[in-house]
Parts: sequence; C-alpha cells; structure tokens
Amino acid sequence: MKAIRNLFDKAKPHFEKGGKFHMFKSVFGGMETFMFVPNHTNKNGTHIRDYVDLKRTMVIVVLSLIPALLFGMYNIGYQHNLAVGETTDFWQTFFYGFIRVLPIIVVSYVTGLGIEFAAAQMRGHEINEGFLVSGMLIPLVMPINTPLWMIAVATAFAVIFGKEVFGGTGMNILNPALTARAFLFFAYPSFMSGDSVWTRIGAGSHAVDGYSGATAMAQAAQGHPITYSVSDMFFGFIPGSIGETSTVAILIGAAILIWTGVGSWKIMLSAVLGGTVMGILLNIFAVNAYMAIPFWEHFIMGGFAFGVVFMATDPVSAAQTPKGKWIYGFLIGFLAILIRVVNPAYPEGVMLAILLMNVFAPLIDHYVVEGNIKRRMKRATVKA
Amino acid sequence: MSDKEPLFSKKNLSLLTDPLNSKNPITVQVLGICSALAVTAQLKPAVVMSLAVMVVTAFSNFTISLLRNGIPNRIRIIVQLVVIAALVIVVDQLLKAYVYDVSKQLSVFVGLIITNCIIMGRLEAFALGNKPIPAFLDGIGNGAGYGLILVIVAFFRELLGSGTIWGYHVIPASWYIDNGGWYSNNGMMILPPMALITVGMIIWVQRSKNRDLIED
Repeated sequence: MKAIRNLFDKAKPHFEKGGKFHMFKSVFGGMETFMFVPNHTNKNGTHIRDYVDLKRTMVIVVLSLIPALLFGMYNIGYQHNLAVGETTDFWQTFFYGFIRVLPIIVVSYVTGLGIEFAAAQMRGHEINEGFLVSGMLIPLVMPINTPLWMIAVATAFAVIFGKEVFGGTGMNILNPALTARAFLFFAYPSFMSGDSVWTRIGAGSHAVDGYSGATAMAQAAQGHPITYSVSDMFFGFIPGSIGETSTVAILIGAAILIWTGVGSWKIMLSAVLGGTVMGILLNIFAVNAYMAIPFWEHFIMGGFAFGVVFMATDPVSAAQTPKGKWIYGFLIGFLAILIRVVNPAYPEGVMLAILLMNVFAPLIDHYVVEGNIKRRMKRATVKA
Repeated sequence: MSDKEPLFSKKNLSLLTDPLNSKNPITVQVLGICSALAVTAQLKPAVVMSLAVMVVTAFSNFTISLLRNGIPNRIRIIVQLVVIAALVIVVDQLLKAYVYDVSKQLSVFVGLIITNCIIMGRLEAFALGNKPIPAFLDGIGNGAGYGLILVIVAFFRELLGSGTIWGYHVIPASWYIDNGGWYSNNGMMILPPMALITVGMIIWVQRSKNRDLIED
C-alpha cells in the first residue's frame, strides 16, 4: 500500500500544471482516486463526506456481480458439455467457460473505458467511474456466442449515446448496459435470440442428437412444455445469457446490495410484486399454455431476477423518491411479464420494461414531489 | 427587376448557400424531420425525394411570390396549399411515370410533401415578402439543404444497414457470417430511430464546427 502511495506521490508533479504529462491529468486523477480515497475537503458550505464515494459504491456492485459471473462461467462449460455429450471435471468445465467469457469482459472494459477516458480528457473532466459497473454488466447480459466486435460496437454505442451525450455518469437517462443490449437486440437480432446463440458448441464438434439449446423462455413462448426442472432453473443449469441463469447467484448479489444499502430493496421488492400481480392476472385469464404457467416460475427463468436486482436498481436511471421507487419497480415487474407473455416478437420483456421505466422515472419523481408539496400546502394554515 | 440586380449577386448567392450550412432547414431550423426519418433507409429514394422537395419548394416559392401582392392576407394559407398541392400532384405523376419503383418505395411520403413544414415555412417567411427570382433561388437553396442532410443520412444508413450504396453491394460478400466471414449488417440502421440518431450526430458535428449555432 505504502509503495503504491509513494509511486503516486512521485508521479504527481508530472501531471500538475506545467508538468510534462499535464495533458493526462484526468487519467492520473482517475487512477489515484481509484486506489486511494481522495483527501480533499470542501471549501465552502457544510457537506458530510464519508469514505463511501462513487468509486467505492461501484466496487460493491461489481463484488455483488461476482457470484453470477463465476456461476455463468461454469454454466457455459456445463452447457457445452451437455451439447456435445462430454463429461469433464469441475475445474475443466469452469475453465472452458472462463476462457470464453474473459475476452468479452476485456473487450467491454477496454472499449468503454477507452471512450470514457477520451471523453474526460477532451472535456477536461475527471474520469467517471460509472463504467466500472457497466463494463461488468455488459458481458453478463450477452449470449456467449456474440462476436467480440459486436460487443465493442454495442459498448461504444451505449457509452456515447447512452451516457456521454447526456453529460456522463450521473446524467444518463437509460441504463448504459441495457442500452448496449437493446442496441444489439435490434441491430443484430439473429445473434441475440434463437436457440443456437446461448450454447457454445465450438469449432470441430457438433451437438448431439436431441439437443436443442432452447431456453426455458423460448420453450414457453412456443407453447411447448418447459423441459427444465424447477431446481435447474433456480440454480441456473439452463441456457441463457452469461450471468442471468442462476437465481441463487443473483440472490447472493442482491443480499450484498441490500446489506450495504447500495441497491434499493424497495425497487426489487416492488418489481417482484408487480410481476406477481401480472402473473396471477395472466393465470386467471389464461387462454394458452404460456399464460397458464405458474407466476413464480417467471422469476427464475430468463433475465427477470438479473434485471430486477442489477439493472432496475441502478441509482442513476431509477426513480429517486421512496414512493416513486415503489411505483417504478412495480411497473417494471408488471410490464416485464406482460411483454414476455403477450408479445411474441419480444420473448424477453425485462430489458424493454426497464428501459421504458427508465424513461418514465423522472416523470414519476416529478409527480411524487408535486403531490408531496400539495399535501403539505393543504396542511399549512395561512396566518394573515 | 428594376434595380438591375445581377442574378448571382452576393445576396442571391447567399440565398442558395446559407441553407446548406448555417440556415439548414433540418439541422438548424429542425423542420421536415418526419420525411427525413422515413425515406432515408436507402440512398436512391432519398435522392429522389430531395429532388422532388427541391422542385416543389422552388416553384411554389416562385408562384406565391408572383401572386404575393394579389393574395388577401386572410386566405393566404389556402392559396399556398392549392399551389403546393398542384405542384406535388405534378411531381407525383412524373415519378410514377419515370421512376415507378422508387415512387412505390416513397409511397405516401410524396403526397406528404404538401405538409412538409419547410415548404410552408419558406412561403410564409420568404416568398410573401420577396421578388420571384430571389424566392425561386431561396426555394432551390432550402431544397438543397434538405437534400444534403437526407443524402448524408441515407448514405450511412444504407451502407451500414444493408451493406450497399445506390443498390450496389460494397461490402464484400465473403465478409458476411453466412459465408464464413465475421461481418453482419446492422439491422437497427434500417429502423427510423437510427435516422434520428444520425441526424443528431450531423447536428453535433455541425455545431462543433460552427460554434455560432450553439444555443445558450
């Protein structure tokens, strides 16, 4: 620790005004505050600063993503084995997934951080740390077979049009990771849906007879019975985007987020409530097999759990007021299940529901605040 | 022209060139956006559409300017509409006669030139108060400014969305994933939202070059 501090102290003069690397001041600042909590104090007014600044918050979210990530890597290997009919031991299986997920993570971080650094440099801003989380979320919501250049294009699109044009971290309307996924979903639909994108078969080998690779959601959408057992869906041994399959791993992440206060339990709970209400409504009026599947199965298949825990709770794009969070979360769950079941063109409704509610979050907040003002105005008595 | 102003005086020339950049109808005045989003998925319809709009703006400007002292102020909108509608019908018939397939692609958007805000805007703002020749040039200029943006947007949308330019394949067939390559067309470029984002990028580039256009 001391050695790193010394290194920074030694390098610092070069980045001050007049130093030879002054140009890269924001890069240096970003690195320094990443390693150490900044020690500057406020010049005017009273603000309370504690050690949990934006960078520390982001790191907690990344930590909470680790279970889903590790399980996702294992599951990639596991699904590969199922598809080609092999059996390997635990570490070989994990390593198969690890070696294929790693490049996606690297591409996502390099592209995204590259653009963030360049934008900060051009505008003379400090480097925003928001991408630390987005860069991890983007790989987790991609199918394993997505070509790397597409991930780079989508990441660039999300960072530039989802974030930088609005003014960078904290100003974005839409969740950047979901923007990246939505971009790929509409730009290259054949790589984001269908039965063959979720499982890595690999060159030189081919799938065994009877292996379809269809996700639980695809089966349900086509009116087939779901062939995966409830426990498989809950623990995550099903095809799907890299990080979304295991509800258990996501719940561990949710626990970390709620325990540290980084993610809003109000949004998570209300989204599940919204999903429950919609699910029960559909069950009551069921006219086909998809509408009839028990409402709680919706929470363990597809990206519902992942979206609700990690995407909907993004503090920037979510509603800010406590009452607003309930409405926002409820509508996400409600719409997600509705889109999923009723619209055959969009087999996964969670992404679209969250993006839609991202857009409406400021409006919800506006009316919550207005309502509050009105209520208090009524209570106030005018003293002439 | 009693004051013997030459046809291409400095003032008249600026009527032609200003709409290309600092007074562009799409990127600066933000008019005519709807058709710019609808017809720019490919280059060919975009060019035809631009020509059609240019012809209509120029001749309606010219006609209204000729009539400007005779039109009662209270019914001027109706008169303008009659002139524009007549011209649009002529253009529509010409397109159907000579470029039938493009005309089918443009479908209702040729008819909708009538409601294109650029044309009414130029009539109200310019033709009613100026002589026929400058009004005609103003129409050409604004039509060209509209067309310029359409062509730029359509170029990128066709190139990235379909891999073609003017209908010719420019991306080598061997690049595509189906043929063992790595490339795939970007389906989102075909969808209208990407036209909006492309127009946004043009506005971004234009305003970073021409800082006077930045509003507060």
